[in-house]
Amino acid sequence: MEHKTETSGSEAKTTRRLHVTDISCAGCVETVEKTLRSVPGVSDAQVNFAERTATVTGNVSPDVLVTAVGKAGYTASLLEDEDAEAEKENAELRHYRKLLRQTTVSGVISVLILAVSMFHLLPSLDSASGRISWGTVSLLTLFVLAYGGGRFFTGALKSFRNHNANMDTLIAVGTGVAWVYSTFVVLFPDSLAEVARHLYFETAALIIAFIDLGSALEMRARGMTSQAIKRLMGLRPRTARVVRGGEEVDIPIGLVIPGDVVRVRPGEKIPVDGEVVEGSSHVDESMLTGEPIPVEKKKGDTVVGGTINKTGSFLFRADRVGKDTALARIIDMVRKAQNAKPEIGRLADKVSGIFVPTVLIIAVVTMLVWFNFGPSPHITYILVTTMAVLIIACPCALGLATPISVMVGVGKAAEYGVLIRKGDALQQAGQLTTIVLDKTGTITEGKPVVTSVEPVPGALSGDELLALAAGVESGSEHPLAQAVVEAARAKNMELKTVESFEAVSGHGVRAVYDGNTVLVGNRKLMDENGIDTGPMIEAWERLSKKGQTVVFTALNGTPAGLLGISDPVKPDSKEAVARLRGQGIKVIMLTGDNSLTARSVAEQVGVDDFIAEVLPEDKAREISRLREKGEKVGMVGDGINDAPALAGADVGFAIGTGTDVAIESADITLMRGSLHGVADAVSISKATVRNIKENLFGAFAYNTLAIPVAAGILFPFTGLLLNPVIAGAAMALSSVTVVTNANRLRWYRP
Amino acid sequence: MNIIVNVLGLILAAFIVWWFWISKRGTETRAGGDTIGIVVDGGVYTPAVIRVAAWRPVTLRFLRKDSSPCAEKVIFSGLDLSADLPVGKPYDLSFVPEKAGEYDFTCQMAMYRGRLIVEENTKP
Repeated sequence: MEHKTETSGSEAKTTRRLHVTDISCAGCVETVEKTLRSVPGVSDAQVNFAERTATVTGNVSPDVLVTAVGKAGYTASLLEDEDAEAEKENAELRHYRKLLRQTTVSGVISVLILAVSMFHLLPSLDSASGRISWGTVSLLTLFVLAYGGGRFFTGALKSFRNHNANMDTLIAVGTGVAWVYSTFVVLFPDSLAEVARHLYFETAALIIAFIDLGSALEMRARGMTSQAIKRLMGLRPRTARVVRGGEEVDIPIGLVIPGDVVRVRPGEKIPVDGEVVEGSSHVDESMLTGEPIPVEKKKGDTVVGGTINKTGSFLFRADRVGKDTALARIIDMVRKAQNAKPEIGRLADKVSGIFVPTVLIIAVVTMLVWFNFGPSPHITYILVTTMAVLIIACPCALGLATPISVMVGVGKAAEYGVLIRKGDALQQAGQLTTIVLDKTGTITEGKPVVTSVEPVPGALSGDELLALAAGVESGSEHPLAQAVVEAARAKNMELKTVESFEAVSGHGVRAVYDGNTVLVGNRKLMDENGIDTGPMIEAWERLSKKGQTVVFTALNGTPAGLLGISDPVKPDSKEAVARLRGQGIKVIMLTGDNSLTARSVAEQVGVDDFIAEVLPEDKAREISRLREKGEKVGMVGDGINDAPALAGADVGFAIGTGTDVAIESADITLMRGSLHGVADAVSISKATVRNIKENLFGAFAYNTLAIPVAAGILFPFTGLLLNPVIAGAAMALSSVTVVTNANRLRWYRP
Repeated sequence: MNIIVNVLGLILAAFIVWWFWISKRGTETRAGGDTIGIVVDGGVYTPAVIRVAAWRPVTLRFLRKDSSPCAEKVIFSGLDLSADLPVGKPYDLSFVPEKAGEYDFTCQMAMYRGRLIVEENTKP
């Protein structure tokens, strides 16, 4: 897809609700209504003064409405999202209650009909009173079929007309045949032999009651599968305290616009995304990132909507609101991933596509086999077996097996700060044999600091060397360069302007600084420029063995000294690597650093292997090389500079805060900085795939065994046939079983 | 009698094969404008077969009338597109199909079934 946008409801005569602020009098109401009505496409607009809302009917996008109201001097925002969610929940509740009502009514009538049939409470069909009584039972059954199962019949008819067949088809044909035959017996008993005058009213009614009960139970269980989304949506605050006209006022969250200055007090949720402009505090971001320790926020830091302010009070400028906030994007992403189908479910999809017509053919074959080879009365055996085949076959269990587990699995991952973008990634993460970790920012903190300054004796002093390197590096965005500049600033050194500057990819920089030609970079840069590194080798080896990244400096073609830069390993990297290895995965570290530094870090965290001195552009090639060796490779990087490698891996894990482009660039995004997220993802993936397999096995096994049994395959050996009512109950419970098994994932702990 | 019943049974089986698998499935709609309405009700998408041109923006406006959970999602296989459909409110799914081919769109359980046929078209 080149471009994709989704909007909710913009058909002609669509009704939208807007919040409109600043309405203070009847004149305002008139102005806003007039403004909205003048927008092309709007057929009606009504403003509710008390609620400060406008209800607009027409075919026009919400942005146009908001803009029009804005031009009239008022502020409007769309209310539809909140309403849509509430409406969705209400619709689900209404449907669930309706199913319960249908179950109760159908159940009560079915039991009455069953009692009448079992205890022979009505006269036989030989008498006129008997035929009238059974005619009444027929009508009662028809009521059950219409009230409790009407949707199956209308659905079956529509599907049939559309050359399609679904679960409705099976239920409608099964129960319909039972009712039609029984009613025929009641109306024309003499046209059939006495042994064939069997009635199946209670069977048809009970099947409908059981299936209604099954649908209600399934719906209840399904509601639990979407709890992860509900939890994320529950993080959204409802109001914001905005500074307007010098005063702080509480307004609905939908009214906050970019540029608003928002006050957040201790204990309050941060309403939208933005940047702190005054004050400082600690913010608990655990609900988004899983990171339990509150993060300090001060002027210039970004804050994310939905997180909780702990201690201080501060003001921030709203930058992203509504659907643009990180939380909204996360909710959207989780929803989409929950709708995805991994490869493992494709077979079930194919089977589902041909399932119902196949069952119909099996039913016809069953009918013919009993007709040709079955005992008398043929019609009784044919009806019992054909009905049982139609009713017991359950496309729901098959269709639900994969998506319902994916839904819970993706939600479970989100709880641990693991955002899965693609259904296939959910499956493949558990199949990885090798995980490649980028060093900087992934294994390490990604915030390097200068820990050693070692000038060549007789050349410069330590401070002169630092000032020289920092002056040159001030033109670079590289994290190591930033560390050198920070070290110089910490010593209050004044840096002169660089006269010329050239970045040498993967090597360092060449610059003219203060009238001198200066080289700052790795040993390759020195070698390629003919610099004698002999006087610096001892220090290079010593610092490298400590895990420090060494930056060489040369002044006018002669060695000037070197700087040792440390990027501390994250406290839990070693433990997370051990977890991954414990999961049977080979862990490889990838870095642009030299071998000595890389070995030191590799030993600290306990990876199986490391690849050093890799240029950024070569990372993707290393991933390809591993894949060509037959490995299933996961790449973990910080999302932006590792993008080609992330894309080239079987599963790309972007490690980051979740507020940047990383969310969009990888198969899986880890909201917190810890590598434990990778182990969690692998673990949840394995659990989800196992759950899908259980469901698929259960659904396939159920249908494979149940259909022949219903067809009467056991009859020649045992004389037993399956009662269609039992088949109905089994069918109703099969999909409930699948959903319940998927819900077990909710309790999984990686 | 036996022969008649058996022949009728075989005809019924053949009809099932023909009706559900061989004959043209469902009504077909070709994108004339930018927006195509699709009603989700009673176990089917109406129309169930949509024909569009590659590289031209298209909006599928789903109107879900069926409140059962089966109908709540629509998923396009092979297009990385999916949506949650509200009950009784139109939902617009807008996109630009790039690659010609046939793509099934189904509910989560693959019971509601439709097909999007993307025809070759020159890239704008």
